[in-house]
Amino acid sequence: MKHHLVLRIVTKILTPPILLFALYVQFHGDFGPGGGFQAGVIFAAGFILYALVFGLETARRVVPSGLLTMLIPAGLLLYALVGVAGLLLGGNYLDYFVLGPSDTAGQHIGVILIELGVGITVAAVMVAIFFCFAARPPQMRDRDW
Amino acid sequence: MTAYTIIRLRHLFAVVMLSGVFSLLSAALLVQLDAVDVAFTEAAVGAGISTVLMLGTMTLTVRREKVPDRSPVLPLLVVLITGGALIYGTLDMPPFGAHDAPAMQHVMPEYFEGTEQILQIPNVVTAVLASYRGFDTLGEVTVVFTAGIGVIILLSGAGTIGRRKKGNASRDDGEDGP
Repeated sequence: MKHHLVLRIVTKILTPPILLFALYVQFHGDFGPGGGFQAGVIFAAGFILYALVFGLETARRVVPSGLLTMLIPAGLLLYALVGVAGLLLGGNYLDYFVLGPSDTAGQHIGVILIELGVGITVAAVMVAIFFCFAARPPQMRDRDW
Repeated sequence: MTAYTIIRLRHLFAVVMLSGVFSLLSAALLVQLDAVDVAFTEAAVGAGISTVLMLGTMTLTVRREKVPDRSPVLPLLVVLITGGALIYGTLDMPPFGAHDAPAMQHVMPEYFEGTEQILQIPNVVTAVLASYRGFDTLGEVTVVFTAGIGVIILLSGAGTIGRRKKGNASRDDGEDGP
């Protein structure tokens, strides 16, 4: 889409606020609506918009496939390890009370960490699926649209 | 109205775009129902990502739906009966937002009190999702993880196998589905 000047400029303006909003939804999920799932898909949507307009190769330079395939299990592992950390500190699995100095602080740490894990996995999975679809050679010619 | 047009149209590009519009309308409806969390997800996934993925799938196939050669009467009947049964089931439900609804009676008072006193998180949805139902959410993330891995293996793996064995095209075609 190199010839669509308006699309390119609008995407350049819009992408940073979308990604910033995703981070806001991620880390403000305890206080307002939102959380890991929502933040993950918003982040992925912003990144997919960038990839659509500036091409798959540019997007792949930003997030290489190797990094992406590492991020997908990393989020899930972070979530699971928070549970194991609870076990090691003397609580039950996914017990956040033992994570912090007080009950409330422990719960806050636990919730933020697992939401981060959810967000990382969801965003990476969405972007990876998009890359998979977009990387296949299209069977339709452009004038068929 | 949008849904009816989606059913009648055979031009797949228009169908994909209209399903995006439908998702956006549902997101607006969910905001009306005070479910902003779900509305976020619907707008981003339904209207954004899945529309792009459907377009990507469409470029790999054809852009017109085939006209079915069977009569649609029997499927229509099944759908009408099922829909009617579901609507009949909702007649017994308590009114929307009622505080004495069964869903609000069992463990919800404890969740609300615990969230306010121990967790001190203003958003009860996050508290229930991440803390009280941590195991459920871990399962959900595992589902997302497994689904993502499955799609990656199907799409990238099938592509390389198809390219390596040029003659084995039928196998490649079978795995293009959603």
